[in-house]
Amino acid sequence: MKVLVAVKRVIDYNAKPRVKPDGSGVDLSNVKMSMNPFDEIAVEEAVALKEAGIASEVVLVSIGTQACQDVLRTGLALGADRAILVQTDIQVQPLGVAKALKAICEREQPSLLILGKQAIDDDACQTGQAVAALLGWPQATFASNVELSADTVVVTREVDGGLETRALSLPSVITTDLRLNTPRYASLPNIMKAKKKPLETLSATELSVDLAPRLKTVSVREPMAREGGVLVADVKALIDKLRLEAKVI
Amino acid sequence: MAVLVIAEHDNRSLKSATFNTVTAALQMGSDVHVLVAGHQCSGPAKEAAGIVGVSRVLHADGIEHAYAQAENLATQVLERARDYSHIVTAASAVGKSFMPRVAALLDSSQVSDVMAVVASDTFVQPIYAGNALATVQTCDPITVVTIRTTGFDPALTGGQAVIEEIPVVATFALSRFISQQLTRSDRPDLTAASIVVSGGRGMGSADNFKLLENLADNLGGAVGASRAAVDAGFMPNDYQVGQTGKIVAPELYIAVGISGAIQHLAGMKDSKVIVAINKDPDAPIFQVADYGLVADLFEAVPELAEALG
Repeated sequence: MKVLVAVKRVIDYNAKPRVKPDGSGVDLSNVKMSMNPFDEIAVEEAVALKEAGIASEVVLVSIGTQACQDVLRTGLALGADRAILVQTDIQVQPLGVAKALKAICEREQPSLLILGKQAIDDDACQTGQAVAALLGWPQATFASNVELSADTVVVTREVDGGLETRALSLPSVITTDLRLNTPRYASLPNIMKAKKKPLETLSATELSVDLAPRLKTVSVREPMAREGGVLVADVKALIDKLRLEAKVI
Repeated sequence: MAVLVIAEHDNRSLKSATFNTVTAALQMGSDVHVLVAGHQCSGPAKEAAGIVGVSRVLHADGIEHAYAQAENLATQVLERARDYSHIVTAASAVGKSFMPRVAALLDSSQVSDVMAVVASDTFVQPIYAGNALATVQTCDPITVVTIRTTGFDPALTGGQAVIEEIPVVATFALSRFISQQLTRSDRPDLTAASIVVSGGRGMGSADNFKLLENLADNLGGAVGASRAAVDAGFMPNDYQVGQTGKIVAPELYIAVGISGAIQHLAGMKDSKVIVAINKDPDAPIFQVADYGLVADLFEAVPELAEALG
């Protein structure tokens, strides 16, 4: 069976985002960009399914500018077979991405679509659920364990009070949580091989999807900085501060 | 048009998040209805009818809603959605799972994790792990919003709304519940607790978390953990505080053996008072802590617990 994985190019998780002085957004010039950490977990899961002989092909898809090719090449170096870039200069939002992914799923007919649970830039946590809804497919968000068979996938999900296990009919959509797996690193030979793997570029027009953003960003600002705190000498001093100054105990 | 809030509950009682969500909803429109979809959930429906500001409760009771299945909840909401200007729920694991389905099927762009309502179509949401706050405006006919509950006070009780029984319309056969393993705890709910004591990698082992549990119990608080502590197997994943775990904003947050990575701070830096106990004076957590104690946690925590016991 074919597994499709959606990956996003985002600011590296270790980089500190800086808000532009004019309040128009976050400054991404000269900032290290990487594959969204949750998407690395999605790629790892798909590649592991292929290595286990369950998946026959792993296809990556990313939606964005030409620069997204680098995260697709990274995914190919991790073991995916081929990649599709839906190229657009529009600042795509989750609903637009979901529409593009729906079109790709109709073209590619995967049995499983795996995405990260959220992107660490917009923190929206919507795309997987939205594309599942548009396709009428079942979904399992926040997956921490996946067991795939011929026509069913059994997924354990991280929910607020603990864990929940569900069985979904295929095709279905899964979004990954942190504890699903530990992504591998790409080896140098695999990075070289990835350069020769197929990477197809499509335009939004070819897919006939409307990627126009629907939410308008009015402004972006930094959160209020916390006032500098004090160091206390010992436990007794700490208790005094909490009781008499902060009055929280 | 009215605002529809989808309640979060465990079929026995409402989760506290619902009360905060109603407060947010009342800032979007004056007529607030609450949908309580569940199985044998007349208790939560009655509770919802008692929230001040709620004028109507829609009660959909059926086995399809026993485990808050996203596909079924979304179908149930969609059946009435077009009667409302806003559809609102808490940004919990349940809310985050079903609401984007509702939004997509309404062809509406959801606003996630709203921490402030500027106008009925304009909201503030955190992005980049809370390192930036975006003010966004929607232009969709139906506004779909999930709420960061720590940004809103809980609504009051003492109201008397009408309860309307509505039919269950959800029968999504492609997803089937198998089992759940819930963490048992007698302590307050992490996201609603007024005091949270959290431990990180510095705790060293699962056993050592007993020190924090003891301190939390003496303070009447909840226990949380950093990702490092969860990954190391010290605590279950649902104790994780941070960008990808739970967002908390208690009166007092005590971070023990936690360095203070960006992803952890995203989950707790709106706490009123932050205390850090760490033996590394250069740990980033001290930059956000109101009170810092540079000390060995294995000495400081038992001493603190004993003094407060």
